[in-house]
Amino acid sequence: MNSKGTRLGRVEMVNGPVINASGMSDFAMREMIHIGEKRLLGEIIRMSGDYATIQVYEDTQGMRVGEEIEGSGEPLSVSLGPGLIGGFFDGIGRPLGALLEKEGMYIAPGIEVPMIDPDKAWEISPSVVAGDMVTAGTLLGTIQETGLVLHRVICPANIEGELTWVVPDGRITSGGIVAKVKVASGKIVDVPLTQRWPVRTPRPYRDRLLPDEPLVTGQRVIDGLFPIAKGGTAAIPGGFGTGKTVTQHQLAKWSEAQIVVYIGCGERGNEMTDVLEQFPVLEDPRSGRPLMERTILVANTSNMPVAAREASIYTGITIAEYFRDMGYDVALMADSTSRWAEALREISGRLEEIPAEEGFPAYLPSRLAEFYERAGRVVTQYGENGSVSIIGAVSPPGGDFTEPVTRHTKRFIRCFWGLDKNLANARHFPAISWLDSYSEYAKEVEEWFCGNVEPKWGELREKARAILLEDEKIQQVIRLVGEDVLPDDQRLLSYTAFLVKNGYLQQAAFGSDSYSPPSKGFAILDLIMYFYDRGMELVKQGVPISLIRESDAVVNLTHLREIPPDDKPSFEDARARLDSHLDRVETERTREQGGEK
Amino acid sequence: MPLSEYIGISEINGPFILVESTPDAFFGELVDVVAPGGKVRRGRVVSISKKATLVQVFGGTDNLIPNETRVRFLNRSLEVSLAPNIVGRAFNGLGEPTDGCGPVFGGHRVNANGMPLNPMARQYPKDFIHTGISAIDTLTTLIRGQKLPIFSGNGLPHNQLAVQIATQARLMTSENFAVVFAGIGIKHDDAEFFMRELSENGRSNNIVTFLNLADDPVIERIATPRMALSAAEYMAYELGMHVLVIITDMTSYCEALRELGVAAGEVPSRKGYPAYLYSDLASLYERAGVVRGVSGSVTQLPILTMPNDDITHPIPDLTGFITEGQIVLSRDLDGKGIYPPIDVLTSLSRLMKDGIGKGFTRDDHPGVASQLFASYSRVQDVRSLAGVVGEDELSKTDKLSLEFGGLFEGKFLRQGTDEDRDIGLSLDMAWDILSTLPKGDLTRLSLDEIKEHIKEPVEANGPVDSKEPKG
Repeated sequence: MNSKGTRLGRVEMVNGPVINASGMSDFAMREMIHIGEKRLLGEIIRMSGDYATIQVYEDTQGMRVGEEIEGSGEPLSVSLGPGLIGGFFDGIGRPLGALLEKEGMYIAPGIEVPMIDPDKAWEISPSVVAGDMVTAGTLLGTIQETGLVLHRVICPANIEGELTWVVPDGRITSGGIVAKVKVASGKIVDVPLTQRWPVRTPRPYRDRLLPDEPLVTGQRVIDGLFPIAKGGTAAIPGGFGTGKTVTQHQLAKWSEAQIVVYIGCGERGNEMTDVLEQFPVLEDPRSGRPLMERTILVANTSNMPVAAREASIYTGITIAEYFRDMGYDVALMADSTSRWAEALREISGRLEEIPAEEGFPAYLPSRLAEFYERAGRVVTQYGENGSVSIIGAVSPPGGDFTEPVTRHTKRFIRCFWGLDKNLANARHFPAISWLDSYSEYAKEVEEWFCGNVEPKWGELREKARAILLEDEKIQQVIRLVGEDVLPDDQRLLSYTAFLVKNGYLQQAAFGSDSYSPPSKGFAILDLIMYFYDRGMELVKQGVPISLIRESDAVVNLTHLREIPPDDKPSFEDARARLDSHLDRVETERTREQGGEK
Repeated sequence: MPLSEYIGISEINGPFILVESTPDAFFGELVDVVAPGGKVRRGRVVSISKKATLVQVFGGTDNLIPNETRVRFLNRSLEVSLAPNIVGRAFNGLGEPTDGCGPVFGGHRVNANGMPLNPMARQYPKDFIHTGISAIDTLTTLIRGQKLPIFSGNGLPHNQLAVQIATQARLMTSENFAVVFAGIGIKHDDAEFFMRELSENGRSNNIVTFLNLADDPVIERIATPRMALSAAEYMAYELGMHVLVIITDMTSYCEALRELGVAAGEVPSRKGYPAYLYSDLASLYERAGVVRGVSGSVTQLPILTMPNDDITHPIPDLTGFITEGQIVLSRDLDGKGIYPPIDVLTSLSRLMKDGIGKGFTRDDHPGVASQLFASYSRVQDVRSLAGVVGEDELSKTDKLSLEFGGLFEGKFLRQGTDEDRDIGLSLDMAWDILSTLPKGDLTRLSLDEIKEHIKEPVEANGPVDSKEPKG
């Protein structure tokens, strides 16, 4: 039998991205391997006697029986260290920029490039000195990685002992050593600046916390009606053209997270290009720095090999956890988790496994659960609070939410932003349905909103939702008999719902309204509800609805979103105009009544 | 390496043959299958193992005699010959010349499967392609480097529309324009129609065709779009041309894929289509785009006929998830005699947002488009209401809405098959019909835009809701 160093397998069979090999009994399950002259990357997914089944992360065209297989000695892993921010990686962590430089416009199989350039230099400020005792989670030093991100170099798990050497203040390369630690056995262990971590293993933390702080997204329908918490999970299901990707991009741009990991899983190449071109020029509304300074992109576009698509989700979440461990709030967008599930299905089909629903493997729900459970707000080993929020797009075939991926995803997420085809057709964006969607965090984060934005927040939210739900019933009647026969109070409610939909819920993804802080959303909704309350008073006095509605001051309520968020006077002016219109209507009414008497 | 040749095959099953002990074969290798009479058919290795190699035979396996069939391994993948002189040529679905001008000389052979484009090499497409069709230019704008399919149904005028787009398409800046036409399983008549229309309109000198006709072997349909796209990429990225690729009919392609998948004994997925249909379609559709630092571009206009007009059928559904929007044709509008019968509400151009408006088309374009969608969407609601209560019972605003719907379809949407409308004209027409609606309904346009384009003073427009008796 081969010793560990000279393990060598042979290709026995090739069937698309799945191959079979012999001579594999000394390899480990889930080990990364290199195949043939081109050194294609693969992962062992099944072992039987001397044989192993391997999923290959690159195109297998041209592969022959008998090609050699070499082990790498580790499962599929990523490099974690400074140099990730602003990076753009493929599903297995290869930097696409370096690939472009090395190989040109096409991604040819078998290119090896380190995930983080080991020669890249940084300025480090150590936080410890020789002689200090360190353990997993001890802060070793800091590096200002970008204008927005202070990279905390933290002692990795499994290392505990006395520091015998610490890097001096100043220059260090990504491939360098931060410290040397004398561990219990007396051995001296190097702590590298860049560490490796297997992507399928969640990174450890100290404790889990309740998610009671909202992840403010700058999107009115989300922050206002269906908020997500830091460390929360959300799904955005929608058929094609309902705006999943645009919504994901919006969240990546404006979410109040310190780090954003964006995974383009089996989607369009141009969408990633869009992010790459926009983010360096878009400014973070809070710091004024380019958004790219906090963003990491992982992309396995739909035309890239399918096995790497399955891996891309894990690559992304591992990077997210790494920054969480520094005490940051990380938001992870996965677009689309359906493509990932389909990659599972495709591989499963090639393995000739017995399928469960619609051809998906029976382990689909457990894989989904494993993924979403890697989200959470935690006390890190470093001692600070950090969080990973996961927002997964789901692409149900035919927009049918009863299909397996949507259905099982719903079991593991707590925030559901269902996209509605009819809203999208009417170009009501974001097309998040106010009827299908829900957020289990709404109550948990309400306190924060009431304390930090407006005390009336919860009350206003309830009222707006009630009006939208009531309107749905009224709309059914209108569809049958028309609007004219309704009593005026119902017509006012229906008109208010119209204002909420057009003035509040709708939000352009581009231009000045793209980011709407909670205070602006509140101001708009507050004014619309104010109109409703006063209008209802007038209706009760017998004023016809047409007189109440008929004014530029009311029409203006649907244009409030064009006002920049910090322009308080314009909002006050809108309220004054509304008041003067309603006052006039009221006075005229009183005068009429006076005349009648 | 000398080519290896084997005599005798051990199994024939549909389009597949099994050849035993072929140690040199590689996955994806091209083979020549020589039938007893000396007739040669092309094939491709789809699975290899120590014991045997599975070969998919283009042209079918009829009349093969196992003991006498010879299989020659060609030591190369599915390739296409490319040279500058392919422009103006005609090929069959496997890339073999059919125009009698002999083989392609002086070029090089490339793998027809292509390779994934590094997303970092791409440039985000932003250049407006003028098609002269109001519904497309205004509401589902075509952008250079986009993949925008036409979702149609049997009997709808998708071929006419594709021809109109191909002949009227103007790239504001460049004239280095070419058309690659890939016909997959199309009828002789349709092929004839395309060739005649395109040459009559002066596009014949810069058109390359790859034709797999309806009675050609099904299996060749897998190769046809790959040949066409390889040619398009070559013309775009090496010859610097702006290439519009028309592929019709993608439904035939997917049917062929299903037929082969089932024959190969694969585990089927939705409606019997293979589980890799999404990945396979993506490997075609993603071969469109603009590459940084390269002057040419590949724009795709695939046509598919939705089985039973069902947009949720796997073929249009998966296509819609990959492509950057879709132009949907409506049987209803076609029945009303409106050409082009584009159902604008379900149609979409994802790249439009960055290619229109200030600096691209006209400042007011985004607002107008959004308002047309909103108002026309309301027309549908009002029409169903009118179906219940009758038109007479409608409120005044609802009646205005109906009137708007009629104008939208009859004036804005409808145009001649050779009518080429400038984008400015299309937008002005849009303002004309929008001005018939009450101002309070125009919530998608900013107050400034309304002031600028709708001239009448607000009061003259009447109150927002005037069905209440006055006084």
